[in-house]
Amino acid sequence: MRVKAVALRILNQIRHDKRTVGIIVVAPLLILSIVYFILDSGDSGYDIGIIKAPDSFVEALKDNEDFDVNVSYYDGELAEKAIRDGEITAAVSIPNDDEGMADYSDIEVLIDGTDASKAARIKSLIAVAAAEAIKKDIPIPVSFAEPEIQTDYIYGGDDWSLFDNYGAAMIGIIIFFLVFLIAGINFLGERTTGTLQKLLSTPIRRGEIITGYALGFSVLAVLQSSIVTFFVVYVLKMPLEGSIWLVLFVNLITAICALTLGMLLSTLANSEFQMVQFIPIVILPQIFLCGLFELSGGWEIVGYFMPLYYTTDALTEVMLHGSGFSEIYKDLIVLVCLLTVFMAANSALLRKQRSV
Amino acid sequence: MEDCIRLDHINKSFAKKQVLFDVSLKVPKGCIFGLLGPSGCGKTTSVKIMAGILKQDSGSAYIMGGLMPDLSLMAQMGYMAQSAALYPTLSAYENLKFFGSVYGLRGSALAERISKVADLVGLGSELKKTVSAYSEGMKQRLSLAIALLPDPKVLLLDEPTVGIDPVLRKSIWKELYALSDQGVTILVTTHVMDEAGKCHRLAMMRQGVLLAEGTPAEIIEKSGAKNIEDAFIYFGRGGVSDES
Repeated sequence: MRVKAVALRILNQIRHDKRTVGIIVVAPLLILSIVYFILDSGDSGYDIGIIKAPDSFVEALKDNEDFDVNVSYYDGELAEKAIRDGEITAAVSIPNDDEGMADYSDIEVLIDGTDASKAARIKSLIAVAAAEAIKKDIPIPVSFAEPEIQTDYIYGGDDWSLFDNYGAAMIGIIIFFLVFLIAGINFLGERTTGTLQKLLSTPIRRGEIITGYALGFSVLAVLQSSIVTFFVVYVLKMPLEGSIWLVLFVNLITAICALTLGMLLSTLANSEFQMVQFIPIVILPQIFLCGLFELSGGWEIVGYFMPLYYTTDALTEVMLHGSGFSEIYKDLIVLVCLLTVFMAANSALLRKQRSV
Repeated sequence: MEDCIRLDHINKSFAKKQVLFDVSLKVPKGCIFGLLGPSGCGKTTSVKIMAGILKQDSGSAYIMGGLMPDLSLMAQMGYMAQSAALYPTLSAYENLKFFGSVYGLRGSALAERISKVADLVGLGSELKKTVSAYSEGMKQRLSLAIALLPDPKVLLLDEPTVGIDPVLRKSIWKELYALSDQGVTILVTTHVMDEAGKCHRLAMMRQGVLLAEGTPAEIIEKSGAKNIEDAFIYFGRGGVSDES
């Protein structure tokens, strides 16, 4: 009864605060859309300049099946300038040997190495094209067996984009971030305006306050994760291999974890601004260490202490690998343990004010 | 008469600064008891300890014979904090409804109680407004209405009439007398001397120490002063009369 009163009050507060409603609904969709377009357009095309090269090489470069390669011709000096101006990323020069044939053993490449992964891919594109060209130019009497690769995807498929890998983790990150901040600021306001003391002067139990908060923000989290999941799956066409209910359940546990952590840390803050200062300490490290990026061994261990690590793992398992409850229950157990610790700490802090 | 509120040898420090020194007081049932003193004298701290929302370092607080804090006693108490403790983004009605349901009221009983206390403080027609649109005086009245919600046997009011206009102040005092006639025990803190004169009994407090206690008439008589203000100065000097 009292739990319900607290939960309803929180939902009323949020409902009256139009800006917060906007942030809950619009911000995740905006962030996800931006990430989608960044990651999806990552391999949009490679601009490669040709200083001197045989036609067979240029054809082979352009005809790449997997990547879109744009080719343009430059004189020796101008190619370097074009790279500096950002018109092209690399320039290739293949000199002739003494007999006037292209000398593929002496390919010169000028490259903009700012984006290391892009540069590496261009180098391999050039190498592949050169190999193709050699095959055409120099007919080899002995027939080599063409390498033929038969790919069977265990997870994913050839139509999956880079975003699909990040998308699952992004859902968890967004929910954790927004619930942490909104709940933390809400509870902070409760302390600074004196309503928490007023509340403690009533016959409400400490546990009822915390449970009420958890219930109110659970409703919010389910609503938000439904919107986000729907958007990601139906608008951004991210694959959803597992059950959508399991996705929502993982998000719910994540939200309660974020809520209890936000409430806990709000006791260390004296103003909304100080609450926002927790973002670089609490949120950003979790984003980097949650498993979204490949980590060296030592840092991965640090990730084990972060709630988002388990959320990311569970969401990736369900959304991308089609796992069921039996594969993610360990993640959920850790999350539930974490939120229990946070809840107990919250209750202990309230106990400092009132012993019953 | 039985003591409805009792503080026994309360000491309290905040970060090494002691704010209450061995404070003991008794408030009989049905009495309007004024706790008088300048800001920072420890009135609010004393009230919070009575309300059970602050832990004393030593000593005990009893309400209706029971040791505080105790949830079943809190259900029969109304507490009004010094600064209006309200949810600004909610309407006045939503604030009342929330605190009412926290006190366990529901349905028609809750609605009845809300309209009763709202009328009492003169906010009956303003309940739909968001609290952030309220003036300070209106917020103060709403806080008082919330304190009255549980139909309390004990009312703890921390500076209830600050920022309230004289007409309404008078009607609030009238209501306090009516409640006291019904047997409600009321503790009011104030730093306004003329308001102190309206209380049945009075305690004077300065720098965390209780200086004197009694009916306003007793206090004036004991100090030999003409009014409460002079009496306060007299006791504040440690019982030495003004020589000038």
